[in-house]
Amino acid sequence: MTQSSILIWPVLWPLVLGIVVFLFRGRTALWLSLAAAVGTALTSFNVCRAVHQSSTLVHEVGGWGAPLGIVLRADGLAAVMLGLSGLVGLVISVYSLTYFKSGSRKEQLFWPIWLLLWGGLNGLFISGDIFNLYVTLELVSLGAIPLIALAGTRDAIKASLRYLLLALLGSMSYLFGVGLLYMRFGVLDLMMLGNTITPDLTVYAAIAFMIGGLIIKAALFPMHFWLPPAHSSAPAPVSAALSGLVVTASFYMVARLWFYAFPALELAKLGQLIGLLGCGAILWGGWQAIRQERLKMLVAYSTVSQIGYLFLVFPLYNKAIEGSGIAWSGSILFAVSHAIAKSCAFLAAGIFIKVYGHDRISELRGAGRQLPMVTFAFALAGVNLMGLPPSGGFVGKWMLLKAAFVTGQWGYGVVMVCGGLLAFCYIFRVLEQFMTTPDENAPNLKSPAVMTYSVLVLAVTAVSLGFFTPVLLGILGVDSPVSLVSFAPEVLLP
Amino acid sequence: MSTSLIYALTGIAIAGLGLFHYLSQRNILRKVLAGNFIGTGIFLFLVSSADRQADGSIDPVPHALVLTGIVVAVSATALLLALLCRYHDETGSLTLDEEDDE
Repeated sequence: MTQSSILIWPVLWPLVLGIVVFLFRGRTALWLSLAAAVGTALTSFNVCRAVHQSSTLVHEVGGWGAPLGIVLRADGLAAVMLGLSGLVGLVISVYSLTYFKSGSRKEQLFWPIWLLLWGGLNGLFISGDIFNLYVTLELVSLGAIPLIALAGTRDAIKASLRYLLLALLGSMSYLFGVGLLYMRFGVLDLMMLGNTITPDLTVYAAIAFMIGGLIIKAALFPMHFWLPPAHSSAPAPVSAALSGLVVTASFYMVARLWFYAFPALELAKLGQLIGLLGCGAILWGGWQAIRQERLKMLVAYSTVSQIGYLFLVFPLYNKAIEGSGIAWSGSILFAVSHAIAKSCAFLAAGIFIKVYGHDRISELRGAGRQLPMVTFAFALAGVNLMGLPPSGGFVGKWMLLKAAFVTGQWGYGVVMVCGGLLAFCYIFRVLEQFMTTPDENAPNLKSPAVMTYSVLVLAVTAVSLGFFTPVLLGILGVDSPVSLVSFAPEVLLP
Repeated sequence: MSTSLIYALTGIAIAGLGLFHYLSQRNILRKVLAGNFIGTGIFLFLVSSADRQADGSIDPVPHALVLTGIVVAVSATALLLALLCRYHDETGSLTLDEEDDE
């Protein structure tokens, strides 16, 4: 066993155990699922640690290298994403142990599909070529959509059908782009492609098809309309996985292509176009979130808004301008903290639904008195979404702002600040209701312990992520495509 | 015009026809069929790119890609049809704007 073979475990472990879990019933299945979740998280953290200590790990599966074989590659970016999926996935798994009714059919179906989805995500993060990215992206979609339909309601089935029809279009478009690139250059490996790519019409068409397809899947404005119904009608742990990890994975793919396969090309105009869409997402998503009556819809529209920030890295990074590399680390930090905070918010919403039986914001009066811990966790997640210090959301947003100043693109800065204000409005709309005094005869309610503590873990991690920025940047800096600015306080000043 | 170019253009034409119907049809079953047309067109396009070696031999990679692609397309179609059956049971409708049918 060579050192690089540790890369296969975050993918193999959940996939194999997912199938095994399917064969068992009752308590055995539950123990196996827990073992699968812990194993997946530990192997992911192990890869993270190994990359941090040495350098990029490359593993040729079965001893077959590129161009024919499948190559797994974990650099700093992939390691950060693996660590993220390990943490969020583990918490979602622990939460799910008590979320589903014990022995129910939903519980039986949830675990194998969730493990498949998790394995697909990990595979996506360490894929070394553009075709394996396609296959793992499909695995993720084929795992995510049945999980939405698991809710079994009419809305959920309709939402998952609409999601699948759009996701198919997105992946076909991506695959066509892959075909064009292969026809032109005869390579699929990301590194080889990055070295051989030269600009011409075919390449630009391929980029348009690939990024266009991924934008549908990442639900970037104006292709966001499928997301709120899908994410809000799914069971709570599924909503958390979708908003936290699945959407992030689509963004990850765009970033991976942009910074690793296409760095030799001049794509500034396309970057500006994506930036405009991002601004639209920030403002429209935030505005819609304020107008929602239901908590889960509000959180889902908040996702639409926050995805916009991630995509601002494409206009804000300019290799000709020194110091704009801070946009790259900022957007990855933002993605990580958004994923943690958003899963936390959805899991907390799930507890409210479980306890109160609904998620109508106007009828959740006094929840702060009745469920103080869950409300506290939701508020901490809100701090992150608003981008207040010391949360990771604050550091990420500040770095993006700084990049906007360095490159002289003030407009993006204004939009980011407005987005923060909108987030402030929609979070406080919810907290205001929670903080009112409950009715005299309100019953004494108890929140389920395991679920509450898993939500708290995510909330505290999200809000203290700002302190761990140097560690994250240390991992991200391994084979980074962009020279990272070392993290010091003066870097944050405009 | 080389043979492979004819195949590539045919593939793009089939995918284009599929895309047109995918976007214009409201009946989901027809959308599923159109989606498979897009897939088939893209696969034909990919296979045609196998004829790219200077010595006239065939590049095996596109075939491997298409095989994998077919597996993915079949699974996605199966999932789509299963969801559609369930949707039809729930609503009695085959379009996403069900109000018009009821």
